[in-house]
Amino acid sequence: MALIDAQVGGASERGAGAPPLLRLRALSKWFPGVQALDHVDFDLLPGEVHVLFGENGAGKSTLINIIAGALKPDEGEVRLRGAPTHFRSVYDARRQGISAVFQEFSLVPDMTVEENLFLGAELTTGPFLNKPALHLRAEETLARLGFALSPRARVNRLSRAEQQMVEIAKALRSNLSILILDEPTAALTERETERLFQLIRDCKRQGAGIIYITHRMNEIHRIGDRITVLRDGRRVATLQMTDASDEKLVELMTGRTIEAFFPTIDHHPGEELLAVEGLTAGTLVRDVSLTVCAGEIVGLAGLVGSGKSEVGRACFGVEPVSAGRIRFRGTPVPKPTPRRMLDAGLVYVPPDRRTEGLVVERNVRENIALPTLPLSQFSGRFLLRRRSERGICARLAERLRITPPRIEQGVSFFSGGNQQKVVLAKGLTRNPVLFVMDEPTMGIDVGAKTEVYNFMKELVEREGAGILLISSDLPEILHLTHRTYVMYLGRVRAELKGAEITEQAVLSHFFEARTAVAGG
Amino acid sequence: MAEVGVRRFARLSFVHFGVLPLLLVILVIGFGVAEPRFLSGQNVFNVSRQATYLTVVSMAQMLALLTGGFDLSVGVILAMTSVVSAKAMASVVAGSPNAVGLAITLGIMAGLGAGTSMGIANGLGVAVLNVSPFMMTLAMASIGFGLALFMTGGVPVYGMPTQFGATLGFGRLLGVPAPVYVTVVVIFGMYVLLNWTRMGRYFYAIGGNIKASALSGISTRSYLFMAYVLCGFLASLGGVMLTARLETGEANIGAAMPLRSIAACVIGGVSLRGGTGRVGSVVLAAVFIEWFENGMNLVRIQSYLQMVVLGVLLIFAVVMDEVRHRYVAKLREV
Repeated sequence: MALIDAQVGGASERGAGAPPLLRLRALSKWFPGVQALDHVDFDLLPGEVHVLFGENGAGKSTLINIIAGALKPDEGEVRLRGAPTHFRSVYDARRQGISAVFQEFSLVPDMTVEENLFLGAELTTGPFLNKPALHLRAEETLARLGFALSPRARVNRLSRAEQQMVEIAKALRSNLSILILDEPTAALTERETERLFQLIRDCKRQGAGIIYITHRMNEIHRIGDRITVLRDGRRVATLQMTDASDEKLVELMTGRTIEAFFPTIDHHPGEELLAVEGLTAGTLVRDVSLTVCAGEIVGLAGLVGSGKSEVGRACFGVEPVSAGRIRFRGTPVPKPTPRRMLDAGLVYVPPDRRTEGLVVERNVRENIALPTLPLSQFSGRFLLRRRSERGICARLAERLRITPPRIEQGVSFFSGGNQQKVVLAKGLTRNPVLFVMDEPTMGIDVGAKTEVYNFMKELVEREGAGILLISSDLPEILHLTHRTYVMYLGRVRAELKGAEITEQAVLSHFFEARTAVAGG
Repeated sequence: MAEVGVRRFARLSFVHFGVLPLLLVILVIGFGVAEPRFLSGQNVFNVSRQATYLTVVSMAQMLALLTGGFDLSVGVILAMTSVVSAKAMASVVAGSPNAVGLAITLGIMAGLGAGTSMGIANGLGVAVLNVSPFMMTLAMASIGFGLALFMTGGVPVYGMPTQFGATLGFGRLLGVPAPVYVTVVVIFGMYVLLNWTRMGRYFYAIGGNIKASALSGISTRSYLFMAYVLCGFLASLGGVMLTARLETGEANIGAAMPLRSIAACVIGGVSLRGGTGRVGSVVLAAVFIEWFENGMNLVRIQSYLQMVVLGVLLIFAVVMDEVRHRYVAKLREV
């Protein structure tokens, strides 16, 4: 199981003298159905950037939520500057110098930048807000950080990157000893990223400790001092950055070698299934052309907001198409709708299974059968064929190895991985030829991920299906796809084939053209 | 050991059936001890007839609730049906006094037509125009009530053939009141609809997650529309039955129905968030409410105070539902 000796954090040479700012001992946390953290040890020294690394669902978010005071641990000890501490709330943690910048912003969209900056810590004179002082302080803070933002701008008018800056400014506005950054560069341009790294170096110099979550290898090496790898709620290792090679990190993260984690999928492209020409859809997608053939996995990569999700949605008929042509198996589809596309053999797997994939109140059987109830296996003239339905759903549950295989149980009783399998099973009640999968492994554990990958392999190799894989998970794109389109601001920036699909190549198309070469 | 078993059983039945079994036990024991007439054959007979109206309207309300909305206009659908059917019958009978059968048939059709068209209006508003069910049915309640009052000038409509009330209102067959037969058919129809047809399955799915339903290729609009149309139709049927019982057409017969029908559904375990609920439990809950009110009458609790009690009961049911959800969440963790 343990691939290498886990080195206990406190004994690192760097901080041998200095006592840790924060020390977590044997922290455990349970959620309904899962143990999110299992006796995790973690410590943070003053003046270091400690990277947290792991898959989605490995426990990173839970860990930083506990440190930020948003969640309470079920077991274990938190020591802040040596003293045992319990954070009663985010506010309490913040008062003790811990600030967090989460991926989901904690901004009130209808308020201005300055109102947001001082939310919960408003300056007052007597019972009244001291608005001039607040404005001054906001200007000061933004100037100190070098953010070109107007304090009076309304947050909902800002771009995602600008909102991110507000969020960071909010975290840095007060005396700070611990700063938590959760994928802070996800929405930033190269230049903004540089600025952020400069800020992080400033914070380090002032003795703050920084907990940094990222999936990007080059960032880890650029600003990390130490790295802790989590997997399935357990700490697998804490390493000095100098000891952490890319290969080693991936192996630690997944618990297996890259080759074992991602199956090798044969590429035998056949009939052209989906052809999109000059597609303009919704508010994001501009003039996109792509093709997917039978027997191949085609990737669609890009940042949040690049329009990659919307391309999939437009092909399935849930994003309004304003221009362009969609052909499915050679037949033009002038007005796609979910019903029409399902009937034609296209299955769409939405990115968020709880909001779009499943009816969580209902059981597995009803969820699996939902898209195909009109078929004769499921309904007669007037009534449902429940016996036949039960049989078909039970077989699918078995095929996807949904555990426990109780199809009459509500889907909310299942783990994320098994819920995702239910979503995948929904598409299989008839024999589809093309799958459009949007983030099919989001928030599921490593074991379930491998199963999903193997399922994809089976679909492509044995059933000759085609898959359009829309993913923000770079390793997935790199190791599973045969061809990949990279999107930027609603347009297809590049098409990469086979060996051309490297991290460097894909990432270089994620950002503005001029600064793209800078990475690594 | 036995005690542990009992507690476990109580807990599981609470999770499964909600608060209703407990309430029924309290009801039967409480009122049964306080007032012997409560459990007499005659009283049970009366209650069973009296409960049919609320049961049918609760079935209607259940359709709206399952899809994640509700219908605050069920009361005025009753009223419109009552007024329109009474007027239609009275005018046919006034024209040709011998055509009783025709008058009754036409009257019922007219009433059902009026009530169902209100359901159609609700359906169009909610499903096509995307008005929230709350606003749509609240506005419809005002429209319907206004129309019913306008048509009658606020006075009851008389002149229906006596045979109408004698058969559908007070008639009995094999010792069972006529409205009970109608209600049994409605209950059975609802059971089949919700458990054995695609439409029923889609109602649950749309109430549980309308986005997921749309992505599964379901035409959510048409099914939402149908839910409100059927709701209007069933409420209207309840209106016809109640008109027969009262032997007059009245504009204010359904005033308490929105609250009582929602109460019956919630006590019967229909989630206000949509997507869950069983026919049998709702029927039991409707009977429970009716029986409870009957019990309060028997022990001479004033009708004004009864409204207070019903309100308290409804809040209690919602709170218990919340407790139950937390229980279920806890069971999940094991």
